[in-house]
Amino acid sequence: MSVAPAPAPTSRFRLHRPRLSVAWRQPLAITGLVLATGWIVVAVLAPLLAPHDPLAQDAAPLLAPSGDYLFGTDELGRDVLSRVIFGARLSIPLALLLVGLALVIGATLGAIAGYFGGIVDGLVMRSADLVFAFPAIILAMVVTAVLGPSIRNAVLALVVVSWPAYARVVRGLVLSIGQTEYVTATRLLGSSARRSLVRDVLPNIAGPVLVLATLDLGNAILLLSGLSFLGLGAQPPQPEWGAGVAEGTQYFQFWWIGTFPGLAIFTVVLAFNFLGDSLRDVLDPQSSWRAGGEGE
Amino acid sequence: MARRFVALVFLGLGITLVAFLLTNLVPGDPAAANLGQRAIEDPAAVASFRARYGLDKPLPQQYGIYVWRLLHGDLGESQQARLPVIEELGTYAPATAELAILSILIAVFVGVGLGILAAVRQNRLTDHVLRVVSLSGVSMPTFWLALVALYVFFFRLNWLPGIGRLDPQYSEPQHHTGFFTIDAMLEGEWATAADAARHLVLPALVLALYNVGLLTRYTRTAVLEVVNNDYVRSARAKGLPERRVVLSHILRAALPSVITVIGLAFANVMTGAVLVENIFAWPGIGQYAYHSATTLDLPAIMGVSLFVAVVYIVINFVVDVLYGVIDPRIRVA
Repeated sequence: MSVAPAPAPTSRFRLHRPRLSVAWRQPLAITGLVLATGWIVVAVLAPLLAPHDPLAQDAAPLLAPSGDYLFGTDELGRDVLSRVIFGARLSIPLALLLVGLALVIGATLGAIAGYFGGIVDGLVMRSADLVFAFPAIILAMVVTAVLGPSIRNAVLALVVVSWPAYARVVRGLVLSIGQTEYVTATRLLGSSARRSLVRDVLPNIAGPVLVLATLDLGNAILLLSGLSFLGLGAQPPQPEWGAGVAEGTQYFQFWWIGTFPGLAIFTVVLAFNFLGDSLRDVLDPQSSWRAGGEGE
Repeated sequence: MARRFVALVFLGLGITLVAFLLTNLVPGDPAAANLGQRAIEDPAAVASFRARYGLDKPLPQQYGIYVWRLLHGDLGESQQARLPVIEELGTYAPATAELAILSILIAVFVGVGLGILAAVRQNRLTDHVLRVVSLSGVSMPTFWLALVALYVFFFRLNWLPGIGRLDPQYSEPQHHTGFFTIDAMLEGEWATAADAARHLVLPALVLALYNVGLLTRYTRTAVLEVVNNDYVRSARAKGLPERRVVLSHILRAALPSVITVIGLAFANVMTGAVLVENIFAWPGIGQYAYHSATTLDLPAIMGVSLFVAVVYIVINFVVDVLYGVIDPRIRVA
């Protein structure tokens, strides 16, 4: 606790922070935000918005879209629109949970690896390499298959395959920041490893990791619905979008059964990717769409 | 180079360990998944099943046996079809390879082309539209796109054939490469070759879309990084036509960063293949992986994950080497 209290430098630091407001002035960011907010509202208000019970089989089966059933009904006489609306309650929170878990596990392991180096580093990064050696869905498929197909196990399997990306990024950032003079200085002033990681290193890696997480949300939804599509995720009668598309392949000529759940996946993923990409423009100018050429 | 290779071998060994542990330290019972309902109630049948596949031995010994056999090219026998896994991989891999190679070729041509276009028209309408196109490409659920494409182009318009590798009236060409298009041409069966090619179009395009989005983005960034360099300005100043400048000066410098994406593109195609092969009933590695995973066929799961992982590692290794060839400043250590 002998560190000199220094509020002034902290506030000066804020001047150099990227201005988030720039991102919101772009049409892409706004579209993404509106779409994502819309879907989150749908997820929250699902019981109020859905015209029918998503599980009730009270309509005639395989009705084409009409006034009563805007998106038609499926082979069991369930309302496709209500199922798509309730599907938001599965896919969006689960994707958030999955990315959150992968981020926390990956970032912690990556930070430890980068900060301490040596054997710990080797161990963590070699296991990351091992996971990277498999295309994500193959490994996730095997994990879900052996744990038993369920949406919970699909999420777990995807955490197993997604943490290494965060570990790599965070390790790299911690390595480069750990060597800066101000980190050495705080360590010499007697702050603990944990304190220096949390106080000095963490704020500097939050931006890139946030971008990665936002872009990863879209991928998480794609993979999760992909596993459900294969029958390894959500189980019937859960109104999951990927499972809905799988139903659509069974009843091929009734296009509405598969089309609308797939459209839901597409728009949600698009929203998160629009947001992530706009965030990247602001926080990570080097790899952004606007990078290069102008004003170097 | 030698050190890289040793690292490769260790990574390969690690992969077998992961595949092995995953399929063993878990509650699923392969005997239950593979024996019929009647057989499972007969203790003798279960015991003979376990003995047949070495499931009665302790784990480390099972793993030892597995690696020893592996070194002799023996991946075991699949529990579903009772065939050597290596043979099954041999049947399924070419179907996926034919699809994957075509799809990556399409993605490279279209993606690199669009990326250059976006970079050349930076911050103009074309560029903004391409950004949305690229993001849409990586946001599209492949399995849904496959379904929609099949519905529109096969069921509604009937422009292209539906599922499978060939229409039923054609018989499989004699096996040379396993690529039906090439095999049929080698045999001089032109109608079969044309039909095989028509069957490839939809799944290959569907699989390519994600990578088109990815490659557009990477190419654009890579091109913009070099576009303002002095040598590009000199090329323009000495009066070279814009096409020459872009293709032989800018693209060449941007190529290394594009090449590195190919490894990633392969992983995406494998991911896509599992889903797309499912819809197109394409008898490839993706279908094989899916069936062995859902039936808990241990030797088959281990074989297919090992196979895919090894191919993936080799592709990344080749990409690294290519990178050095194109850009002599970077050489694989």
